[in-house]
Amino acid sequence: MEVIAFLVPLALLLGLFGLLGFLWSLKNGQYDDLEGAAWRAISDDDETPTTSGPSAAHRGV
Amino acid sequence: MQATRDFSHYVKHLGSGLAHIDLAVEGVNCAGCMSKIERGLSAIPDVTLARVNLTDRRVALEWKEGALDPGNFIDRLAELGYKAYPFETVSAEAAEVENSRFLLRCLGVAAFATMNVMMLSIPVWSGNVSDMLPEQRDFFHWMSALIALPAAAYAGQPFFRSALNALRAGNVNMDVPISIGVILALGMSIVETIGHADHAYFDAAIMLLTFLLVGRYLDQNMRRRTRAVAGNLAALKAETATKFIGPDEISVVPAAAIRAGDTVLLRPGERCAVDGSVIEGRSEIDQSLITGETRHAAVEAGSAVYAGSLNISGALRIRVSAAAEGTLLAEIQRLLDHAVQARSRYVQLADRASRLYAPAVHATALLTMIGWLIAGASLHDSVITAIAVLIITCPCALGLAIPTVQTIAAGAMFRAGVLINSGDAIERVAEVDHVIFDKTGTLTLPELDVVNSAAVPADVFELAGRLALASHHPVAAALARAAGAKSPLPGVTEEPGQGVRGSFGGEEVRLGRPSFCNAEDLAEQVLRRDPEASVVAFARGEQPYVFAVRQGLRPDARETVAALQRRGIAVEILSGDREPAVRAAAETLGIPEWRAGVMPSDKIARIEQLKRQGVKVMMVGDGLNDAPSLAAAHVSMSPISAAHLSQATADLVFLGKPLAPVIAAIDYSRKALRLMRQNLYLAVGYNVLAVPIAILGFVTPLIAAAAMSGSSILVMLNALRGRRVRQEQV
Repeated sequence: MEVIAFLVPLALLLGLFGLLGFLWSLKNGQYDDLEGAAWRAISDDDETPTTSGPSAAHRGV
Repeated sequence: MQATRDFSHYVKHLGSGLAHIDLAVEGVNCAGCMSKIERGLSAIPDVTLARVNLTDRRVALEWKEGALDPGNFIDRLAELGYKAYPFETVSAEAAEVENSRFLLRCLGVAAFATMNVMMLSIPVWSGNVSDMLPEQRDFFHWMSALIALPAAAYAGQPFFRSALNALRAGNVNMDVPISIGVILALGMSIVETIGHADHAYFDAAIMLLTFLLVGRYLDQNMRRRTRAVAGNLAALKAETATKFIGPDEISVVPAAAIRAGDTVLLRPGERCAVDGSVIEGRSEIDQSLITGETRHAAVEAGSAVYAGSLNISGALRIRVSAAAEGTLLAEIQRLLDHAVQARSRYVQLADRASRLYAPAVHATALLTMIGWLIAGASLHDSVITAIAVLIITCPCALGLAIPTVQTIAAGAMFRAGVLINSGDAIERVAEVDHVIFDKTGTLTLPELDVVNSAAVPADVFELAGRLALASHHPVAAALARAAGAKSPLPGVTEEPGQGVRGSFGGEEVRLGRPSFCNAEDLAEQVLRRDPEASVVAFARGEQPYVFAVRQGLRPDARETVAALQRRGIAVEILSGDREPAVRAAAETLGIPEWRAGVMPSDKIARIEQLKRQGVKVMMVGDGLNDAPSLAAAHVSMSPISAAHLSQATADLVFLGKPLAPVIAAIDYSRKALRLMRQNLYLAVGYNVLAVPIAILGFVTPLIAAAAMSGSSILVMLNALRGRRVRQEQV
């Protein structure tokens, strides 16, 4: 049973990575247009011209 | 004089040689439009970013500074078939967006913590009834504390701040019992963990925050979306002015960039965006948006012109004056300030509930503790039981009861064409039993319409419409719109102040004043039948025709009034227009009570009189002269075409031509209020069941978790019923 002393923190660490990923995606503006994101996922166009969010300086708006 | 367009007011400079602009785009509603626009705009050289936001119906553009003019983008979008307008983010909207992100961050943290604490709690719950070693349980509890404490400190901020603000102001809101519950639950859990006890409530505390944050985020997101759409509509109304930048050089600039002392040009058919006085020119203006008066007023050099006036016949040069200098505006502003101050603060249902709830819960917890002490329990056990009472009564369901219903109802109203300006409007609309309508622009449509088109042969009507396309005169524009004319006649010449002439099929055709078309007798006959109308004459060869043009009633005005009366709501008209016009509208609509020629102060007096009789008045109006009475009424509503000040004052704004949104707002609000009450009863009913268990000291963390999520889900499901109202309708 001693192994839980090692496994539980490991599980938490993995969860924490998930949380950090979520916070990063939020900061990156990926939740600003949920309706549009739903459509983009099934869009046929391969050559999406600009895929990144608005540039860093503008993110706060 | 060719006008240049100046969009520099809207451009943001990002540094590193990039410029940014946001455009509101009409008609973007599918994935196809999205990629069409993005590809079309990215094809322009030097564009570094073109991204459509489908939720807000906007496009964000970035380009190398100096290489392009924003006008290029608008032209390119027009080629693609989309109408676009430069858009300025108002500070209120930026704050909403920021708040919405903050809540989502809090929700992410709280949800992460809840899942991981649950992962540790379930072994403890099952271990407590089997063979878990005390050391293992302590380890799990300490790990839970390690996750829950920082997470609660971060994710609880929205509640802690709001509770602190309320306490500072000497109030109690729902966030006060929430904060106390969470903090005590965490504090007790730490003490219990140190004391190697069987139970800790970390999971209950953090789960409570997660559930409540879901409700908050949904609520906030709904508000943000409504605000974005309202912002787009404001941009689509395109408040621009034509400013003189040299003696004979003009430029189209946003109204916000105009300063007092500037000179602007107002062409026939344009709506004035500024207040000022005429320095050159002579014309007639339509001030119906300001005073409700539908008859045109003559203006010349020296006359005052207010924002919202529509220029009818001649071009005017206007010197812009400082705002609210005019006597009329100053008077309206004074009345408005007074009405806003006099408005008693409405106490929302949620606040009323929490004012009853918080003392009751805290008293119960205290009595539980005293009771157990008298019964001979130890201080430690008594305090633990009292805190368990607080945790089990912690208003999880109560906190969700009202916001979820508000979110659902606002969404349903949004789809019915009603935007909500203030949060507590739904509750106030539900109580309304008397509706006062303004006439001009509210019961009637703001645009002019041809009222006697049936009396004219269809081909003549169409031909007149095509000829009318050549003129800027609002009456001619109304004729062209009513006839559905698309292709202008070639070779049309204009006779200033008279009308336009052209030829069709070898015959001369003329459109303009009755005297211009030899139609004075006919015009007199038409005017005798319909004295409120403006007339425009049309002649094909020597055969004259006369069209009567005026503001028509909204298409469903009669049905809406009848539907209101069926719901037991009294309907009344208060209008600034002259008596015959108001009488005609009231008779057509079957409204027995009406007053004409009413001044803004008289409108307020009437509302105050009704208020004193205990009547809950809803004011529906659009004019600048309605703004004070909109503020004075129990709740108020404006069409989207309303004057700025009125729209900002109104609690609700409705879109489109029909008047039916008024009914929709009342129906959805009444249903919402019913559901809010039901939800409160559900939440209280759950407490009535759970509290005795807690007082007797039988509550374990497992029971708390199950009861909390059970009641929250029940309340949310009940709220979903607010999406539909019975389709008796209009």
